Amino acid sequence: MAKKPVRFHLNGSEKAVFVEDGQNLLDMLRRGIGDLTPKYGCGQGTCGTCTVLIDGEPHLSCLTLAETVEGRQLTTTAGLASGNRLHALQAAFMEGFAAQCGYCTPGMLMAAKALLDRNPNPSRQEVVEAISGNICRCTGYEPIINAILEAAKSGDARHYG
Amino acid sequence: MPVRVETYERLDEAARALASSRTARFLGGGTLIMRAVNAGDQSFDTIIRARDANWSAIRAEGDGFVIGAGVTMAAVVASRDLVFLAPVARSVGGPAIRNMATIGGNLFAASPYGDFAAALLALGATVNLAGSSGRGIPIDDFLRDRERHATSLVQSVSVPRPRDASAFRFVKVSRVKPKGISLMSIAALLPQMGGRLQGARIAYGAMAPTPIRVTAVERALEGQSLDIATIERAAAVATEGIDPPTDALASSWYRREVAGVHLKRLLSAERR
Repeated sequence: MAKKPVRFHLNGSEKAVFVEDGQNLLDMLRRGIGDLTPKYGCGQGTCGTCTVLIDGEPHLSCLTLAETVEGRQLTTTAGLASGNRLHALQAAFMEGFAAQCGYCTPGMLMAAKALLDRNPNPSRQEVVEAISGNICRCTGYEPIINAILEAAKSGDARHYG
Repeated sequence: MPVRVETYERLDEAARALASSRTARFLGGGTLIMRAVNAGDQSFDTIIRARDANWSAIRAEGDGFVIGAGVTMAAVVASRDLVFLAPVARSVGGPAIRNMATIGGNLFAASPYGDFAAALLALGATVNLAGSSGRGIPIDDFLRDRERHATSLVQSVSVPRPRDASAFRFVKVSRVKPKGISLMSIAALLPQMGGRLQGARIAYGAMAPTPIRVTAVERALEGQSLDIATIERAAAVATEGIDPPTDALASSWYRREVAGVHLKRLLSAERR
C-alpha cells in the first residue's frame, strides 16, 4: 500500500512520518511516533480517551484521518509536563484522586486543557460541558470536575504546557 | 483493511471521482467515515477528500444563508449569523465531535443520529450538490432519496432565516445529560401571521430511518392560533402515520408514548 509523508508539529517539535492510506491519527501517534499517551477506547467517537488538541482545539484522534494533520500543531498529554514539573491539571488530578484506573485520564486532561486555554475561570457547568464527550467509568466524575476547577483556581494552568 | 485515499484540490473534481465509483465515500469530519473504517466496514474501499476552502464557508444570501457542507457544528455555534441554529449544533456530541462533525455529514447520518438534519428539514432548507449548476434539491426530497445520493457530493445547504427568533424551536430528548444520543429530536418552524400559524413545519429526528416531516401535526397547527386547544390537538396526532424504531436507547412503544409529551412541551415552550 502507498505510504504518504506527513509533516506536523507534536508538542512543539517538528515531526515527519509516513502514514498508510486510511490510517487514523491515533494509530499514527502510537505506532508511528511512539507517543503512547492518547489511548484507544471505542474507535467510534463515544469515549473520548483518544482526545488530542489540533491547533488548540480538541479532536478525536481515532476518527481523524492521519494525513489531514499536515502542517498542523498537535498537543498530547505527553506535552503537558515541562521536564519533571507537572502541568497544573496533572498536579490537580493527582492531588484530587481524579484518576482511578487512569484510562480516561489523557482524554480528560486534553479536554480540560482546551477549556482552560480558552476560559481560565470556568464555572462548574462549563467544566461539565467541556468533558461531556469523555467517559469515565470509575470516578463518578466529581473528583475530575473538582480537579479541573482546582487547576483553574491555582492560576498555573496556562503558564506552560 | 485496505482503503485508498484520494485527495482533490477542488470540490467538482472530488464530485466527479465520487460519482464514478460505487465503492467510494466522501470524507467530511470523519465521525462517520473513520468510524466505519475502524469498524472494518467493507462496503467501501476508497475515501475521497477535498481541500476546497469554499466548502467550509458561511455566507448570507437573499433572506437566508448558504452554509458550506464542510462547516462544523463548532463553527455553527460560533457564527453570529446562525444564532437560531446554535442550540441545534450544540446538542450534537461533545466538544471534540463538534470540532469535527460537519453539517454535510449530518445529512447522511443514520438514525438515531442526524439531529441537525431534522432542524434543516423543519426550516425548509435546500441541498446544493457539487458539480450541478441547477437549483438545489428540497431537503424533503433529498432525505427521501438519501440512498440514491450516496454518490452525490453535497456542496452546501441553503437555509431561510426564520422570521423571528420564536418562530423556530428545537429540542433533543436524551437520557444522558449533558451529552446523550437522541431518543427523538423535534424541530418546529412556527411562522405566525396575524396570530395564526401559516406554513408550520414540524420534523422529527430518530423516529424513522431518516429525519421526517410530521404532516398530521402540521395539519393540526395550520391556520390556528398557538393556544392550549391547538397544542392538545397537535399532541394527540404526534405519531400518526409514524412507525418509530426500536434501538438500544428506546423501544418503538416508548418513543410513541413520549412523542406527544415532548411535542406539547416544545409547542408551549415549557422549560423543564
